[in-house]
Amino acid sequence: MSPWQPARSPAAPRKHRPPLRLTLPGTTDAVRHALLEIFASGLLDGSSDNLLSSAEIVLAEVLNNIVEHAYAARAGDIRLLLSHTETGLVCKVMDSGTAMPGLCLPKGDFQPLGQTADLPEGGFGWFLIRSLVTELTYQRIDGENRLSFILPDEQS
Amino acid sequence: MELLAKERGAMLVIRTTQDRIDAASAIQFKDRMRDITGASAAPRVVLDMSNVAFLDSSGLGAVVAVLKALAPDRTLELSGLTPTVQKVFRLTRMDTIFTIHDAVPDGLRNVG
Repeated sequence: MSPWQPARSPAAPRKHRPPLRLTLPGTTDAVRHALLEIFASGLLDGSSDNLLSSAEIVLAEVLNNIVEHAYAARAGDIRLLLSHTETGLVCKVMDSGTAMPGLCLPKGDFQPLGQTADLPEGGFGWFLIRSLVTELTYQRIDGENRLSFILPDEQS
Repeated sequence: MELLAKERGAMLVIRTTQDRIDAASAIQFKDRMRDITGASAAPRVVLDMSNVAFLDSSGLGAVVAVLKALAPDRTLELSGLTPTVQKVFRLTRMDTIFTIHDAVPDGLRNVG
């Protein structure tokens, strides 16, 4: 081996990184494991802490929503395709569960906080997702839900 | 969901040992918190979250539920929020609802 190896950057340039494809059963435990796998995979190496935390928050909410709602009545798998591009983390999530009510995404409006006794204990998920992603789209095709979004990378 | 509890005068400090309060564990967390706070009369409950690397909307809802269950006679404060957990509290404005400490407050100084 030549002693004059060029210094390797710690992470492959994004355009050379292969996308990550994952299939997981629609359970909260599987979602937890999938998140750990995604962050251990190297796909997000070199990302800002901001992108890493946003990605974890959004992916947890999206995947757990599918478990809780799309697969409330019956079990099924969730398929993920993640690509780390110059724009950021491009995500496509597919499941074959129940369609979104009205075939459209929840608005996820911010819930104003009032007195302690009236504080909301739920309904934060779509607000968190919409706060952190761009290009959020939903389609119902051939019995599948297809959700796609981008987690923008401010360094791009 | 393992929780460790220690009473210091009027303060009950509860520390999580697991590193995620999420959809997979939020219900167990809420139940364990109910058990532990129910076994103590301390009016000031501090949840030390320094071990918690991640909390999602289910986890947030569970923490809010504990706050509501303790109110009005008892308070719930939080300490040691890690960055992603802080982000969830900040985005939802729940950081304006809870008293949040960098570290567990020293209750011994506030005795009397």
